[in-house]
Amino acid sequence: MAVDLLEFEEPVGVLLKEIEALSMMPRTDQRDAAIAALRSRAEQIRAELYARLTPWQRVQVARHPARPYTLDYIERLFDGFTEIHGDRRFADDHSIVAGFAQYHGRDVLVVGHQKGRDTKQKILRNFGYSRPEGYRKAIRAMKLAEKFGRPVLVFVDTPAAYPGIESEERGVAEAIAYNLREMAALDTPIVVLVTGEGGSGGALGIAIGDRILMQEFAIYSVIPPEGCAAILWRDASRKAEAADALKITAEDLLARDIIDEIVPEPNGGAQNAPEAAAKALDVALSRALAEVTAIPPSERLDRRYQKFRRMGRLGAEFVEETT
Amino acid sequence: MAWFKKTRKPRAAPAEKAVRVPEGLWVKCPGCQEILYNKDLATSLHVCPRCAHHFRIGAIERLRTLFDAAWREHDRGLISTDPLGFVDTKPYKDRLKSGLSATGQRDAVVTATGRIDGIETEVAAMEYDFIGGSMGVVVGEKIARAIERAIAGRRPVVIVSCSGGARMMEGTLSLMQMAKVSAALARLDRARLPYISVLTDPTTGGVTASFAMLGDLNIAEPKALIGFAGPRVIEQTIRQKLPEGFQRSEFLLEHGMIDMVVDRRELKATIGAALRFMNPAPDVTSADA
Repeated sequence: MAVDLLEFEEPVGVLLKEIEALSMMPRTDQRDAAIAALRSRAEQIRAELYARLTPWQRVQVARHPARPYTLDYIERLFDGFTEIHGDRRFADDHSIVAGFAQYHGRDVLVVGHQKGRDTKQKILRNFGYSRPEGYRKAIRAMKLAEKFGRPVLVFVDTPAAYPGIESEERGVAEAIAYNLREMAALDTPIVVLVTGEGGSGGALGIAIGDRILMQEFAIYSVIPPEGCAAILWRDASRKAEAADALKITAEDLLARDIIDEIVPEPNGGAQNAPEAAAKALDVALSRALAEVTAIPPSERLDRRYQKFRRMGRLGAEFVEETT
Repeated sequence: MAWFKKTRKPRAAPAEKAVRVPEGLWVKCPGCQEILYNKDLATSLHVCPRCAHHFRIGAIERLRTLFDAAWREHDRGLISTDPLGFVDTKPYKDRLKSGLSATGQRDAVVTATGRIDGIETEVAAMEYDFIGGSMGVVVGEKIARAIERAIAGRRPVVIVSCSGGARMMEGTLSLMQMAKVSAALARLDRARLPYISVLTDPTTGGVTASFAMLGDLNIAEPKALIGFAGPRVIEQTIRQKLPEGFQRSEFLLEHGMIDMVVDRRELKATIGAALRFMNPAPDVTSADA
């Protein structure tokens, strides 16, 4: 696989180069055997590397330019995706996509952040940084799903909400806040999948639901590690330490009940084998969707409320001292 | 190129430090440079009588400006366990301790029940001197409990924000407090109970992007810094200096994000009038309210 390798994947890169060099040689059984041996060695090294990724390495994987984005998953998991556009207020934000589709034969609404692959796409998608219009489009689409009794599936992958002048002028904080309140009370099942960067309020603004799933190498953080390092260490280059301290990996979050389930990724991460990543996601998503649609509607909102209400528990994250 | 380069002085930060000494007898107003007698300042609710500069006040002082008389404080004993074992240049545990000794509070919000213009109200006032008024699990919990108390007792809620946003030292748990409090506000909203959000200097980040912007009324004190991203982050993104007055209360009023800018000396009366308009007791609109 000729995907861009990350710095820590250097040992794999060396082997891949050797394979490439061998491929140039005339074909013999011996050559093929050597290539096969190198390939399996490369996969093995990759497996070893990915079995003990540091939090900062996970940040790099979560931001990998070849990582599948929302539309890549939509293409693989859904039929007949019909995109809808605009917030009916100001504009259509291309960093969030929304539309209806069929998922295993049932009608669902899909919403997700969308990053761009090439330069033109990156600019169109604003590098995955959403403006207020994106959040307003998302909630408009979700209210449509509520009205017509369709479940909502959300893909989360954004560095952050866009920190720019127009974002502030048009009330990005209000847009996110409104979504938090309205999604908490949205009377239809919601399943959230964190597939890449769960970038603070920009991610949370579409990430309230009955089930929160997270891919193995995705991250979910209150602030980007660079930003945290710049503020607390006064040195943005100490991002690896910050990534460590912030406890942003899927395992860390599962341990604190912030997410419900970790979706395994193929060896070398989703970017290394998008088909396999989509398959694993499909398994987890279809099960989660079946579970949440089985919850009696009268209980669903109460359970969703309790789910977030318990984040920060007496006796665990805080205690009561006698005064 | 000039021969002599004029080096820029850091923005206003030292001045701020110099004025925030309530122990001193005299204080210099950063707005108009007037020397003010501290006792006079207290009687004018820490607003400069000459130029109306609003000095930042602590949570207890804030409750004093809002309630008619004594109040009942809640959940005073709640304290963070440092769930992540967070250490940056110093341990979070030490930051919690210095916050306690600086403010007498165990975290960055005080919640209380009392009367505002005779109306029994749940109030949460944030304490900036406790780790920048940042929101972690305790702030989220205390505010969520205040809102739940309001729903149970059918009382209005007033939250006075003064915060740099979500607290980094509690990681993603802090982020989730935005969801937790907003979910409680959804219930308050559906119960048709009033919520007034008061935004004071500064209100930024995750606090703005959750409860501070969700008021039935959003009321800001004059010239408060209110925004989502901090000004420095925005300047780095756009690589330009921000215009004067950007992200100040008056800017937000102009852009339709808040209902009014109210002088602290008028705040209580304004809230009282609004609560009377929103009074949850009479039942004229629907049978199930």
